[in-house]
Amino acid sequence: MEKTWNNKAWFLVLPVLLLVAFSAAIPLMTVVNYSVQDTFGNNAFFWAGTDWFDDILHSARFWEALQRNLLFSFIILALEIPLGIFIALNMPKKGLGVPVCLVLMALPLLIPWNVVGTIWQVFGRVDIGLLGHTLAALGIDYNYVRDPLDAWITVVVMDVWHWTSLVVLLCYAGLVSIPDAYYQAAKIDGASRWSVFRYIQLPKMKRVLLIAVLLRFMDSFMIYTEPFVVTGGGPGNSTTFLSIDLVKTAVGQFDLGPAAAMSIVYFLIILLLSWIFYTVMTSSDADN
Amino acid sequence: MARITLDHIRHAYGPNPKSDAAYALREVDHEWADGGAYALLGPSGCGKTTLLNIISGLLQPSHGRILFDGKDVTHLSTQERNIAQVFQFPVIYDTMTVYDNLAFPLRNRGIAEPDVDRRVREMLEIIDLSDWSNRKAQRLTADQKQKISLGRGLVRNDVNAILFDEPLTVIDPHMKWVLRSQLKRFHKQFGFTMVYVTHDQTEALTFADKVVVMYDGEIVQIGTPAELFERPSHTFVGYFIGSPGMNVIPAEIHGSTIKLEAGTIALDYAPKLAAGGRIELGIRPEFIRIGREGIPVTVTRIEDIGRRRIVRASLGGQPIAIVVSEDAEVPAEPRVTFDPVALNIYANSWRVGREA
Repeated sequence: MEKTWNNKAWFLVLPVLLLVAFSAAIPLMTVVNYSVQDTFGNNAFFWAGTDWFDDILHSARFWEALQRNLLFSFIILALEIPLGIFIALNMPKKGLGVPVCLVLMALPLLIPWNVVGTIWQVFGRVDIGLLGHTLAALGIDYNYVRDPLDAWITVVVMDVWHWTSLVVLLCYAGLVSIPDAYYQAAKIDGASRWSVFRYIQLPKMKRVLLIAVLLRFMDSFMIYTEPFVVTGGGPGNSTTFLSIDLVKTAVGQFDLGPAAAMSIVYFLIILLLSWIFYTVMTSSDADN
Repeated sequence: MARITLDHIRHAYGPNPKSDAAYALREVDHEWADGGAYALLGPSGCGKTTLLNIISGLLQPSHGRILFDGKDVTHLSTQERNIAQVFQFPVIYDTMTVYDNLAFPLRNRGIAEPDVDRRVREMLEIIDLSDWSNRKAQRLTADQKQKISLGRGLVRNDVNAILFDEPLTVIDPHMKWVLRSQLKRFHKQFGFTMVYVTHDQTEALTFADKVVVMYDGEIVQIGTPAELFERPSHTFVGYFIGSPGMNVIPAEIHGSTIKLEAGTIALDYAPKLAAGGRIELGIRPEFIRIGREGIPVTVTRIEDIGRRRIVRASLGGQPIAIVVSEDAEVPAEPRVTFDPVALNIYANSWRVGREA
């Protein structure tokens, strides 16, 4: 068949091209531009080469923040994915319970992130917070402002509270798409509860779980607002994640060059990790 | 293998049914012989799947009991009843291999692995999937999938009955014939009691020894294919079985004479009729002769369906269908006569017997 060449078609791509250029490509290039230069104000820039990248990659502060970030993401996934699956399995499949559960599950997702932070900031306060005060009254020494472990627990629990719903809703969507015949056949085959989960429910949830893991990983790796509002990165640097560190550098200290270099490294790490996740999880699919 | 007794089974999906209309299954009271092949035939929503699920134990009937070989199993679970069921859409555990799919019901019942292996290999031979045993059960064709579902039922050689819920719906027409004849062969070979739900009359008639016709939550007739064709006990059976279905014409009976709008027909017996009620004459299109004698009709349309033709005509305003051979001639002023042995009289839709 003869192929038709019509170069006017390129004009149809132009709007998207412009949109992507202005929203992503150009800002990114600005950051690249900053990362290789130094400035002392007055809009005067000096070539700095890869100095900033050297600095970042040799700074203990950066590596510590990265480690905290990875640990945080790991804990979040280890808690939210199993918990989300468990809740989804126990949600009602029909009747009045369905809309009630769905609305309850959607609620935390609808709250703006800084509000979530504020809620937990107040909730955990020892002097007036419901949680903090109750724990203190019970004789438990809990203070997220002073104790790094308490700060971590607070941030983790807050994230679980905020985002497990997302995993639940995705898993639930996967579960309700399983035809009744599967459960009936399993009954007839004499399958145990565990077999039903292992051979029917889990395989059907696999695709949505892949998306859930990916979304929760990326989100938890970029987390900023909630810990910023609750702990401000403290006590000390104990909850200073990469994003918080980045904002401190860029906006607090106004070190544009190092901040830009850090952004690029940060971006590349997320890109790399997401790619690894995706490849590993989809390749197990392709094996079959 | 077991004899299945359905003892006054009624079922409603909602709680506290108010009227008869709320029952998906009005009243079923029958006994099915051990080793029989039964087809449950009826239109969508007539309650045939409900009845099947009650037999398999996936549903609890609202009223009545169900017995296997005289033993009450009404409150036993599906697993305890030892039933196999094949569903309309094939159910495959697609993370397992084909072999493991077949082994699954055996392993769940704690059968020793050498036994499992022997039976699974046998079954793989029977369903002709030996070459696939170590493949993951993915990207299979619809008929391969359905064979695996079937194999999972047959691999347990001690089942009380095998139930089929429209298993060939998703199969290509040419594969349907193959699978259907294989099923018949399995039935002969293993001798299990088999209940087969379908809305396809060809499937039911070619497949089963006894066809159970259901209509509106009731069993209206159980009979051999010939009985259903020749003596439909309900006008619905007449209409549903056969293509085109039986002609049902409003009539009056005076002694042994049938009086229609357009003329009268003599019967060789006098049907016993209770007073009142709606009387109808049923006659299959195959038993109407078109010619120059009898009751006048107006031909409205003639359909050619290959080897035969269907004449659509009007008998005193009543539409009827007549099957004639391809080369039969339809005269200019056509008249019809009815084969007297094929006449059926219905009072309130139920057949009135010759002897009574």
